Order: sequence, then C-alpha cells, then structure tokens
Amino acid sequence: MTTPIDPGAVSAGTPHSGGPTVLTKDEKGVSQGRLILRRFLAHRPALISMILFVFVILFAATASGVFGLPGWWKHDFTTLYPPVDGGRPTLTLFPFSLGEHPFGQNTVGKDYFAMTMRGIVNSSYVMFIIGLTGAFIGVVIGAIAGYYRGWVDAVLMRITDVVIVIPIIVIGAVVGTAVGGLGPVALAVFLGFVAWTGIARLVRAEFLSLREREFVEAARVAGASDLRIIFKHILPNAMGVVIVSTTLLIAAAIILETALSFLGFGIRAPEVSLGKLISDNEAAFQTRPWLFWWPAGFIVLLSLLVNFVGDGLRDAFDPRQKRIVFRRVRELPADAAVIDSQGVISDVPVGPLTTDTGSTTSVGLSGEEPDARRDS
Amino acid sequence: MLSYVLRRIGVSVLILVAASFIMYVLVAWARDPLTDLYASNNPNREQLIAQRIQWLNLDQPVVVRWFNWLLGAARCVIPFGGCDLGVNIQNQAVTVLLGRAMGATLQLVTASTILAIVLGILVGIVSALRQYSAVDYTFTFASFFFYSLPSFVMGVLLKVFVALGFNNWLRDPVFSWTWIIGLSLVSGLFWQAIIGGNRLRRLVVFAASVLTTGIMLYAMSVTQWFLDPSLGPVLAPLFIAALAAGMVLIIAGPRARFAWRTAGAVVIVLIAAYFLLQPFFRGIGAWGVVLLFILAIGVGILAGWILGEHDKGQAMRIGAFSGLLGMGVIILDQYMQRWSDYLRNPRVGGRPIATVGSQTPNLQGDFWIQSIDSFTHLLLPTISLMLISFAGYTRYARGGMLETLNQDYIRTARAKGLPERTVVGRHAFRNSLIPITTIVAADVGGLIGGAIITERIFAFSGMGALFIQGLNAGDPNPVMAYFVVVAIFAITFNFLADLSYSALDPRVRAK
Repeated sequence: MTTPIDPGAVSAGTPHSGGPTVLTKDEKGVSQGRLILRRFLAHRPALISMILFVFVILFAATASGVFGLPGWWKHDFTTLYPPVDGGRPTLTLFPFSLGEHPFGQNTVGKDYFAMTMRGIVNSSYVMFIIGLTGAFIGVVIGAIAGYYRGWVDAVLMRITDVVIVIPIIVIGAVVGTAVGGLGPVALAVFLGFVAWTGIARLVRAEFLSLREREFVEAARVAGASDLRIIFKHILPNAMGVVIVSTTLLIAAAIILETALSFLGFGIRAPEVSLGKLISDNEAAFQTRPWLFWWPAGFIVLLSLLVNFVGDGLRDAFDPRQKRIVFRRVRELPADAAVIDSQGVISDVPVGPLTTDTGSTTSVGLSGEEPDARRDS
Repeated sequence: MLSYVLRRIGVSVLILVAASFIMYVLVAWARDPLTDLYASNNPNREQLIAQRIQWLNLDQPVVVRWFNWLLGAARCVIPFGGCDLGVNIQNQAVTVLLGRAMGATLQLVTASTILAIVLGILVGIVSALRQYSAVDYTFTFASFFFYSLPSFVMGVLLKVFVALGFNNWLRDPVFSWTWIIGLSLVSGLFWQAIIGGNRLRRLVVFAASVLTTGIMLYAMSVTQWFLDPSLGPVLAPLFIAALAAGMVLIIAGPRARFAWRTAGAVVIVLIAAYFLLQPFFRGIGAWGVVLLFILAIGVGILAGWILGEHDKGQAMRIGAFSGLLGMGVIILDQYMQRWSDYLRNPRVGGRPIATVGSQTPNLQGDFWIQSIDSFTHLLLPTISLMLISFAGYTRYARGGMLETLNQDYIRTARAKGLPERTVVGRHAFRNSLIPITTIVAADVGGLIGGAIITERIFAFSGMGALFIQGLNAGDPNPVMAYFVVVAIFAITFNFLADLSYSALDPRVRAK
C-alpha cells in the first residue's frame, strides 16, 4: 500500500524502481512528518478550524478559570444576580461592549455567560479525557491483539465485541448514573473505559498488516523485544490511524457528553455542562430563546470544528483519498445529442484535459500512475 | 457457509450473554431501586419496601438475580416457552411493556430510516457527480453540520421554533414578499447548480425555477392554500404526467420511444383512476390504500411488459415507478382534501403540528383523519432522526460513488461508448451500493437504540422512554429488556451486513 513510513528512515521522495514515478515538486526530499504537516497546513478549513477551536477553548478557560486559578470574568456561575433588562443579553457588537450579562441571565438570575463558559470548560475536559483514555486503552488492546494474533487476539476481540454490542449511549447512561455525582473528571475517565472499542479494532487491523513488514523482521533479527517492536517500530507507523480516530472520538465524545447531560445521566448540579444548560432551560425557550441559542451554538461549533480538524488530518495522513481521478461528467443525460437509447456511440466524455477546476483532476493527467505506484 | 453461519450465531449468543451480565451488574450498581421508597414518608413504607424486595428478589445477590433473569429471557427464544423478562418496580410484566414500546419505536424509526437512506444516497451521488462544484461543497458542509448537530439540539430546535412558528403562521397563512423573493432565489440557485451545464443553460434553469417558485408561492399565499390545500383536477394529472416523464428521462432517456409509450399508458390509466375513484375514497381503509398501490405498480409492470419491445426489464421498471409515484400523487391529493377537516377538528384547534406524544387523544375520525394525525405527530421526530443518519449516508454514498467512478471498468464502459446515463446508472451506481449496503445494514441495527433522545424530547412512550424511566428508578428489568432488543438488533444487522457483503461482492468470501 503506502511506502514504508519509518520516520526519517525513508523519505517519500526516494525514487522507486520500476515504472515511471510521478512526483510533484514539493514531495521531493521531505520527511514523512513534514509532508503530513504541510498537507494539513494546506487544508484551509482544517487549519482555520484548529485555530478557532483552540481560541474558543482558551477563551472559555481564561474566562471561567481552570485548575483552581480564577478567571477574568467578574461573575460567578452559581451566584444569583438581580435581573438586568429582563435577563436579556447585553452583548452588543456595534459598538462592541459586553455589558453586565453578555449572554443574558437565566430564569432565576444567574449569569449565563459564566455558565456557558463553565459548560464549555467542563465539556472540553470531558471530551479530551474520553478521547485520551479511550485512545490509550484502544491502542494497547488493539496493538497486543494485532501483534500477537492467535488466542490473545481472539480473546481480546471477543471482549471488544461484548463492549461494542452495548450502544455507547446506553452504557454511557448507566456509567453516568453510577459515577456522574463524582464530578466531570471521574465521569470522563469512566466513559473513556467504554469508548475505546472503535480505535482498538482499527489499530488491530493496522498492526496485523504492519507486523508482516520487513522492518519488523529486521528489528526482530536485531534482537528487539516484543514491547520494543510494538511501541518503537510498529506504533509510529500506525500513528496516522491513531491520531485520526482519536480526533473523531473526541468529536463523538462532545456529542456523547452533552447528550448524557441532557438526559440527566451526565454532569450533575452544581456543575454545568452545555447539554445540561439546554435540558434545564427547555421550558423557558419560548420566552427566553437566548438560553437555547448560546449553549446550542457552542456545542455545534465545537463539534463541527473537531470534525473539520479530523477530516483535515485524515486527508493529511491518507492522501490517497485526494488522488481520485474522476472525469467530471460535464454533459448530463438530458443532452439528446449525446445520448441515444439505441446505444449508438457518440459520447466521448469531456476528459480531464479540458477541466477548468484544475487542482484535483490535474493529478490524474498522468493517468493512473500515482496510484499504481502506491499499490506496487 | 453453513458452518460459518452457525459459528457466527454461537459466538453472538455468547457475546450477548456476557454483555447482559455486564449490563445487569452495572445497572444494579448504578442505582438502588429502593431509593424512592427510602425518601417517601408513606406510613406503610416498610411494607412497600418488603413488597418490592420480594417482587424484584432484591434479597438475593446480583449474580443470582442475573442468572434468574437469563433463564427467563432464554425461554423467549423457545416457541411457547413462556417468555419472562421479569417485572418492573410496579410489578408490571416487562414483556407487555416491551411489546407496546417496540410498536411505537418501530413506527417512529421506520419512516426516518427509509427517508434517510433514499435521500442520503441520492444526495451523495449528486454530490459525487458534481465533485468540487458549489453543490458538492454545500452538501458537504450541510452533512458535516448535521453530523455535528446533537439530536437533542435538533429536536428542541424543531419542537420549540419550527413547530410553534408554523402553527402561529397558519393563523394567517400569507407569505411576505421577503419570503417569496428569498425562497425563489434559493430554489433558482439550487436547481441551476444541480442541473448544471453551460452558462446559458444555467441561466435558463435559474430564471425558470425562480419564476415558477415565485408564482407558486404567491398563488398559495393569495388563495390561502395552506388552510385548504388540494391539487385539484388540473394539477394532479399534470403531476402524474410530470413524474412519469421524469422517470423516463432518468431511466431511459428522451429518445426511447418504448419508454414514453409505457409511461403514457400508465399515466392514462392513473388519470382515469383519479377521476373514477373520487367518490369511493371516503370509505377506504389502510388496506385499500395498500391494494391501490399494488394495483398501480401492477399496471405499470404490465404496461412495460406489453410495450417494452427489446428492453422489457427497463420498461417494466419505468412503468412500476411511474405507477407508484402517480398513485402517490392521487393518495396525497386525498389527504390534502381532508386536511381542512383535520384543522377544524376541535381537538386540533388549527394548530396541526404536534410536539408531544404519538397521537391526539380522543380524536374522532375515519382512516384519513387518523393518518393525518399520525403524520403531524411523527413529522418532527422523523425529520430530526432522519437528518442525523442522512448526514453519514451522504458522506458514504459520495465516497463510494467517487471510488467506483475511478475504477477501470467504468473507463471501459465509457470507452465502448455507452451513454453517460448507462455508465452512471448501471455500472457505477450499482457497484457503489455494495459498501453502502453494509454500512446501512449495520446502522439500522443501532437506530432503535439511537431514538432515546428524540423520544425523550417529543414525549414518545417507546423503547427509549422504557430505558430512561427504568434507569432513573434503578429498575433493572426494563433496562435489560431494552438492552436485549437493541443488542439483538445490532448483532443481527451486523451479521446481515457481513452476509450481504459476500452475497453482493463475489470477491469477498465469508469464512
């Protein structure tokens, strides 16, 4: 499939024997890591999403304060304040001013900006911990199963099947009911214990194919221990799968946490979460719609941004998906001059040579060579 | 093959048993079923506690209770074995509760699943055929957006803002000029992007659809169409004919005379049926409607067979689809005619889009009124369920179609001069369906479990409600019943997905 990507050892630009190779100028003499980084940076939506995502989380974290440090926002998320302007948001953009309660107040007078920021912080805690715990367990189980195969594999994969059979929202709800009272961090760790199955399967599949490679053989001949081979030789090559699926797990974790909190099985009072804000205020949306729009907007924003980042990472790690050579169908069926039901040949599709939207089809101008090289 | 199937079933049963053990222990650990009684100050509290302990066998250890539950559940598999899924904390048999809940949930998820699959694949393929165009980017962004939208946000959005807005608007159903112009422009942009072609053609399509939409909206607004909608004796035949023509254009192309003849015959029969059947529709029931659809499809197939000339299969397909869609128009027209009766019903009170439950309590009416009532209740939850799985299917369909279009056999098909319609419809589309089938099959299994949140928002008393109430009360048996159904669905559909893969793609062999 792809060229061996032992980092630094073989650069992607190494000439291949047999068959013409088509390399674009910027693929020559660059290490795999830099190549991936460059491809990611070239993916505009992903890069912008990444920056926005970091910005939103930093903004929320500094506003409400994390790790015991106080934030810069003057109000607290639990204190009741006298209502200002019927609790309406005081945020104005022209001229820009935050006002007393930029996101308004809820029905009893709590500051909604402080609550939303706190919710974002809690939701981000939860999603990162779920992502990291899930990825760690998944990688370890998948790596061991894929590397040792045989009965170890069978046992570990049957355990994975057992966990996969229970829908994540169901087991999440049960786990949340049990440990939700212990606070967001404990909830996240326990949810991570049930969210690893997807990654384990992917990592196992990757290990099954990588363990047959020559560089593994070489390491084994050189006397490397199993653990060293797993973590030093194979795992770095499987990093693409791990990173991409962890990102997607994080995106799923946002939805999972907010959904559980919405149902009342996740984060409990006095803590707040974006999902809990929506479920608590559901009855008041008629009269105070902003109580819905702020948390809902942030949930969708965070989840959308992580998904875009994940998409960009996938493209960066697996550029084959971009290499699809597709002749655009320029004239569609209704064109009577071309289509003939009697099967008379008249249609030579307007090929890639005349395509005006260059970037992707231009790769295909060299025919199938780039793909053929990869498959050899 | 047989040994593969048997082995798979054996392993699945073991997995199910192990998973049920984990679930049972977790639920027992999560919450004490006696919590509500401990907090109550009922004078006969002690007695109630003792009673509940006896109902649920709480004096036994968890493992023993699980084992008893398992024995009861295992008897459900044996015919006439006396299915026993235990009782809930009110001592009601869970089997009865489960049957009721499953009916409601299936009703909810069926329509949304079918719609999501059809629309998702359609949109994905259009998106792939117009790769890197404005349509593609719009659909891609939309599918990302819906994918990132948690179902509860979607549900609340529809319930609080859409349903209420529509009901309020229905008091005076007039489009303002801003709406008319905005919607017309959107429809113009949409159609010119989908149909494509050179600049002139795009402009023509754009102008035509802007004008059509604008005039249509204005006419609807002036005649207060939404209070008493109907297609009438002019529009309904026109629609029937237009749908049949669309089928011919999509499946066979404008030059296929036999296809036009087939479609024409079906259209004539259906239009005649439209006028002849009008007096009889009042007394018809659900089975009558099903029968009409079957008859319409039969007429289509027959017409295709007689008039199909050298390509009977294609003609029969065109006939069947034209018959199905044309009968759909006729039935839709009937529903529209009864809509104003429904609106004026005192139980509905002019606010048709419901946000709670699955039917209006104590609604009197015949089959048509009842099904309009189900429709208005199911509309919003169905949309909210549909949009979520729709997003995923679009991505898969697009990816699958692009990959197929890149295959060598597609190039061969083009090289031997097949029309683009045949290349896309017969060679690319069918092959791209193989991976989608497996994904869809695996997904459908999870859909029943996924309706928890939607059911909670729209106060639907289905499986999700059973699960949530059970879990909140620490009541193990309803939760376990829910789990068993969901797990069996998931396992079965995963199995079907694998089997269908090896059946559809001979290169994949199940072992």
